[in-house]
Amino acid sequence: MDHRDASVPTISRTGPFRASVTTFGALIGSGFRRYATYRQATIAGTFTNIVFGFLRCYVLLAVAAEAVGNRPAGYDVEQLATYVWVGQGLLSVIGIWGWTELADRIRTGDIAADLLRPVGPVAAYLAADLGRALYGMLTRFGPPLLAGALFFPLHTPARWQTVPLFALSVLLAVIICFGCRYAVNATAYWLQDARGPITLWTLGSGVLGGLYFPLRLLPEEVAVVLWVATPLPSLLQTPLDVIAERDGPALQTGLVGLQAGWAVVILAVAVLVQRRAERRLVVQGG
Amino acid sequence: MIRMRELHKSFTVRVKAGRFRREKRTVAAVDGVSLTIGRGEMVGYIGPNGAGKSTTLKMLTGVLTPSSGEVSVCGLTPVPQRTRLALRIGVVFGQRSQLWWDLPLRESFALLRHIYRVPAGDHAARLRRCRELLDLDEFLDTPVRQLSLGQRMRGELTAALLHGPEVLFLDEPTIGLDVVSKQAVRSFLAELGATGDVTLVLTTHDLADIERLCERLVVIDHGRVVHDGSIEALHTRYGSRRSLVADLEKPLPDGFELPGASLTAVTANGHRVTFTLDSATAGAAVAGLVAAVPVRDLSLVEPDIEDVVARLYAER
Repeated sequence: MDHRDASVPTISRTGPFRASVTTFGALIGSGFRRYATYRQATIAGTFTNIVFGFLRCYVLLAVAAEAVGNRPAGYDVEQLATYVWVGQGLLSVIGIWGWTELADRIRTGDIAADLLRPVGPVAAYLAADLGRALYGMLTRFGPPLLAGALFFPLHTPARWQTVPLFALSVLLAVIICFGCRYAVNATAYWLQDARGPITLWTLGSGVLGGLYFPLRLLPEEVAVVLWVATPLPSLLQTPLDVIAERDGPALQTGLVGLQAGWAVVILAVAVLVQRRAERRLVVQGG
Repeated sequence: MIRMRELHKSFTVRVKAGRFRREKRTVAAVDGVSLTIGRGEMVGYIGPNGAGKSTTLKMLTGVLTPSSGEVSVCGLTPVPQRTRLALRIGVVFGQRSQLWWDLPLRESFALLRHIYRVPAGDHAARLRRCRELLDLDEFLDTPVRQLSLGQRMRGELTAALLHGPEVLFLDEPTIGLDVVSKQAVRSFLAELGATGDVTLVLTTHDLADIERLCERLVVIDHGRVVHDGSIEALHTRYGSRRSLVADLEKPLPDGFELPGASLTAVTANGHRVTFTLDSATAGAAVAGLVAAVPVRDLSLVEPDIEDVVARLYAER
């Protein structure tokens, strides 16, 4: 058998690339199916998103009413409402919170099963997460947006490129968020229990990602530093600013470009962390 | 197929050495294991808890990096070539699941086909065979989280085999299973082994697994190989002996001795005795006993592998 070492049987005669795409697609499908199993959780989560949407929207509109010219941080009222409601819809698409699967599997030692697959763990988890995000987009994005549109005036995009740019921005945000969560979860390789870093992440990503308030309310220098030096504003602030058309076309596209850069960096970090971890891996529990 | 030379793995543990001080201590889990396993062999890899069995398996599958030594499986080096090796080996960890908790078995299997890039025809044929032999049909559409342990284990075995691995590593595949499920798993593995295509390495605490399946037995203790050979060789080496159990009409007279055998147990008010046959043949022992007292019933008990292994473990 030794002479066969160099070749690996593949499903496709058209080459390994197509086979990789098929595998990746199947993994995306699995992520989708896994989350689609929990329908009641989907309904409960959507309901919560809507309730908090009202809360956030009224608070921000109250701020707007007090601000000079009704335009806090350069948003008009419709843009602010859009910011809130699209944000509520995106929350579970991007999935900032509650993902501890990797940390749990490291802690219990089940990670061994992931390492026994012929697909790298970062790629496998990324694919599953894209499936999860797709499910979120189809089920959890619409209802908050609809609720917002029923009760508040929302901003309708004026430029044709805004919608495709928004779609791209959301995809990049999902990838960045995945990479961050992966790296945070992977601290469990060293710490055994990643609850500390995960709590820190939950807090940091909410505040500095633009969930609790638009980062544009901060002094401009601070906002710029955050944007360039951390991936956090790329999680929510960028897609929301894109859809609300807060900036002109050039800056709008530039922010998405920045996101793309961060997506590459963060994925590279996740892969690097995983490689380092494998070298010192201890599989827990026999 | 599998080659290990002077394989070592040590872990660092921190031990409390005062209120704030912690000392580092190195624990050798695998301490110089050298083994060669040929194609189609079925090897039982046993040892007491903490002997280093699972650690060895994890190094062979590329999950753990060896501290030193050489290891090759299917001509590949497990850790650097892990993903390539994964296509050619199958692994079942009895205490862990490689199936997707939320998905039904059927979907897990379909997903595995894509992950391992198995041609649809091969996949279908292998799955059909597993369904027949392991009776999967009744729970193929049940999510894994709702399966019983025995059902899940049958699912795990199938999952490990769908890509037609050349080497199968089984880490306690019958742990926690009832007698019927154990039988099902064993006869399935026996059939698999009979084809001679698959090399099988099995760790277990249930020695019946080994007796049923493996011709070669490797015993490891404290990270070292203490026995490598057939089960018979183990019996010979540790002087396992057959014993004669007899139900008597009345207790043995005081000071009774059978030449070449020793009395090891007297139960049921002296009405049942057990002799271990040291040098006497079974015939001579029976004749000697019948001559001394009226015997109601007799049985000859073959040496039990459990006893041998218990003695082996106790020696440490």
